[in-house]
Amino acid sequence: MRRGSIVQLILFALVASAAGLTLALVPGWLPESASDEAGRIDFVFWFVTAICVFIFSIVAAVLIYAVIKFRVPPDDDSDGPPIHGHTGLEIAWTAIPAVLVTAIAIVSAIVLAKDDAAGANPLRVDVFAQQFFWSYSYPGYGNKTSSILRLPVDRSVVLRMHAKDVIHSFWVPEFRQKQDAVPGINPTLHITPNKLGTYPVICTELCGLGHALMRSRVIVMKPDAFEKWAETKGA
Amino acid sequence: MTVSKTHETHDVHHGPPPPPRGWRRLLYPGMLRAAWMTPLFFGIGCAIVVLCRWWGGWHPIWFGEVIVLVGALTAAPIGFLAGIGAFDYWARYAIGAPTQPEDHSGHGAYSWKDYFRVNTDHKVIGMQYVATTIFFLLAGGFLAMLVRAELARPGMQFFDNQTYNGLFSVHASLMIFLFVIPAFAGLANFVLPLMIGAPDMAFPRLNALSFWLLPIAGTMMLASFLAPGGAFAAGWTGYAPLSVHQPMGTIFFNMGVQWAGASSIMTALNFLVTIITMRAPGMTFWRMPLLVWANFTTSLLVVIATPFIAGSQFFVMFDKVMHTSFFETGDGGYPLGYQHIFWFYSHPAVYIMMLPGFGIASEVISALSRKPIFGYRLMALSLMAILVLGFSVWAHHMFVSGMAPWLRVPMMVTTLLIAIPTGIKVFSWLATLWEGKINFSAPMLWALGFVSMFVIGGLSGIYLGAVPIDIHTSDTYFVVAHIHYVLFGGSLFTIFAGIYYWFPKMTGRMYNERLAKLHFWLTFVGFNLTFFPMHLIGTQGMPRRVSDYDPTFGNWNLFISIASFALGASTIIFIYNMVTSMRRGAPAPGNPWRALTLEWQVSSPPPVFNFDEVPQVVGSPYEYGVPGARHAVLNGDRAGTTEEVRTH
Repeated sequence: MRRGSIVQLILFALVASAAGLTLALVPGWLPESASDEAGRIDFVFWFVTAICVFIFSIVAAVLIYAVIKFRVPPDDDSDGPPIHGHTGLEIAWTAIPAVLVTAIAIVSAIVLAKDDAAGANPLRVDVFAQQFFWSYSYPGYGNKTSSILRLPVDRSVVLRMHAKDVIHSFWVPEFRQKQDAVPGINPTLHITPNKLGTYPVICTELCGLGHALMRSRVIVMKPDAFEKWAETKGA
Repeated sequence: MTVSKTHETHDVHHGPPPPPRGWRRLLYPGMLRAAWMTPLFFGIGCAIVVLCRWWGGWHPIWFGEVIVLVGALTAAPIGFLAGIGAFDYWARYAIGAPTQPEDHSGHGAYSWKDYFRVNTDHKVIGMQYVATTIFFLLAGGFLAMLVRAELARPGMQFFDNQTYNGLFSVHASLMIFLFVIPAFAGLANFVLPLMIGAPDMAFPRLNALSFWLLPIAGTMMLASFLAPGGAFAAGWTGYAPLSVHQPMGTIFFNMGVQWAGASSIMTALNFLVTIITMRAPGMTFWRMPLLVWANFTTSLLVVIATPFIAGSQFFVMFDKVMHTSFFETGDGGYPLGYQHIFWFYSHPAVYIMMLPGFGIASEVISALSRKPIFGYRLMALSLMAILVLGFSVWAHHMFVSGMAPWLRVPMMVTTLLIAIPTGIKVFSWLATLWEGKINFSAPMLWALGFVSMFVIGGLSGIYLGAVPIDIHTSDTYFVVAHIHYVLFGGSLFTIFAGIYYWFPKMTGRMYNERLAKLHFWLTFVGFNLTFFPMHLIGTQGMPRRVSDYDPTFGNWNLFISIASFALGASTIIFIYNMVTSMRRGAPAPGNPWRALTLEWQVSSPPPVFNFDEVPQVVGSPYEYGVPGARHAVLNGDRAGTTEEVRTH
């Protein structure tokens, strides 16, 4: 390869990565972050995005360069140089992706372990999913039930899923956490809300004709306000 | 296997003998016989049900669900197949009647009628496959347009929820089971025997049967819209227990998958035996074109994995019809069992829908950039690596399902590892293009479009493979975007590449290049405008499979819907080009791309038995630019061969 073509290739790669970065940074890809887990998951998201922009730029640069430089007129019947392979290159593009995906796997596994670990004295909530609504029950507060999930800020929460009919899935985009509720088993989900506010609870597993409307809300409150609400009888 | 090198003389009749006249014509295999045998078998199926229920004293004796299952979805298709003559030869053999000497009257097509009978010519079957699958592409695409029409605005516009759920469920099922998988099987059916220098597939009658199962499966899935309660509406994934509690339409899906799956398995067995035993002398495994390698690995995936989806759908149907309780918690069933069995097929199915496309891309990129495939052996080995790894990743569809938590990290690791062989393939295609003499004809445009779009689909797969990100994005529009980048940008783009590339070979005519390019650019732009924004609304919080959504996503959805209508309209250009070029296109030379693989060394379209003489393979299929190199010698032309001739 000549020097000029390397310069051009790097130029294309820079243009492609600039385009990729613009695409990554300009639209608001992720909703507001309202839990400790969301912060960690967002870190993995941006870590993977950086790697993907890097790979995409290389592929795009080579492709664009090839499209521009190696085009021939229809009457050119000649063949290209008979290159059958290059062991060094092939080792490189096996080894470098291997390193990158290993890095992603390690970061993901660490974040997953942290997100799964509930803090000391977590608030326990039973989440009941049925066609087509959500309800919540607080075993620590005399099984007080509510149709809106109210949680205290900055306290570890363990949600225990119950499905009465078919599979549903509990998702709060602002918490980034999601867990299916499956009849017969009771998986748990761990969340530590860290921002006051009201967020949507969305069912993300197709559960029948009312699936699109199976929504609820989660309200993250100040701890004393939560205690006051939880101690009062009734919803 | 020994291959006779002498010129085999075939007593070729031009098509089957004329059918008898008068009432005997009703007994002659064909559509006429099918027209009375189908209702007859339906009646027999109904009679069995009614008799059994009467005998057992079960009421009601006439029970719609079972009548539909046994009469319409099981017996009637068998009657249809028997009527068109798919079983005639085997039936005669089984009852000990004198077998009819094979006169090859079932081979070749001499009029349009020959495409509507049981034809044993792999080239005719390939055409039947491609035409049928394009029909289902249009049907599935039309359903997608209806889905996008409903989603253009928040709130409900055109359909009720159950109908909407049916629309996207049937859309996905048709696209997967009746378009992508069989379209690849159809293209390979046409070119694979030619590529390995074989006169036909190993089992031509089985090949014919495989094809005729497809219209049955597709009709079943479309007919589910007519079932009481509407089409099956639990998504193409049909998760239990929801699917068990759906109206009758579910059974149409359960049985449709059985027919399509049986077709897939038979074709895969046929490919495997053909590739293993019928390669021309000298065609060692390391001299096979990568399309043959790709179909070899795909066929292994199909025969190993497909029985699992057949089982999962049978279990759902048994739960629904026979009140077994594979997946009913109340009676000791286990809902997650469904997902494990389903994905043990359906993840490998992603590679069933992708590896043949890799093969097509390799053929097109090498021939149209006039360069040998870069790292040929590693390309073949990475297919095998994907085959093996593909069976170890199914639970990455279940990271939030509530399965055993320890499974998540190992499945994430294997999932991410698949990026390595896939990356090898992408980089090798780029290296093949490098310094090539690139001819930007339509097949090349589609192949390059495939490489660029598939990279995006692969990278979004990395996001979904990383468990923490998947927990956020699972079951959102991000997943919808990802699968369309893989299955549309990947599979469909390579199917288009393949159709344009082999169109001259299949029809003997050239397609219209200008229209083909217009088709590509409209599809490429429309595709990206439709599916790229779906990544964004997915991560922002829009779940998939909803008929109504938060109004904040209204503008993006309107944009996506408009783009999708443009994308749908681009297909009209394709159909117009295919139909007019098939009738009036310029006659195609034998080898318009100057490619080296064997299918291009015969006339366009090829002779009925492919080769006048068994070709002798003497080298690699991709020796572009190597002076004096040859892939094969045909018709006694031994000039220019320096390499020693080996037989396997």
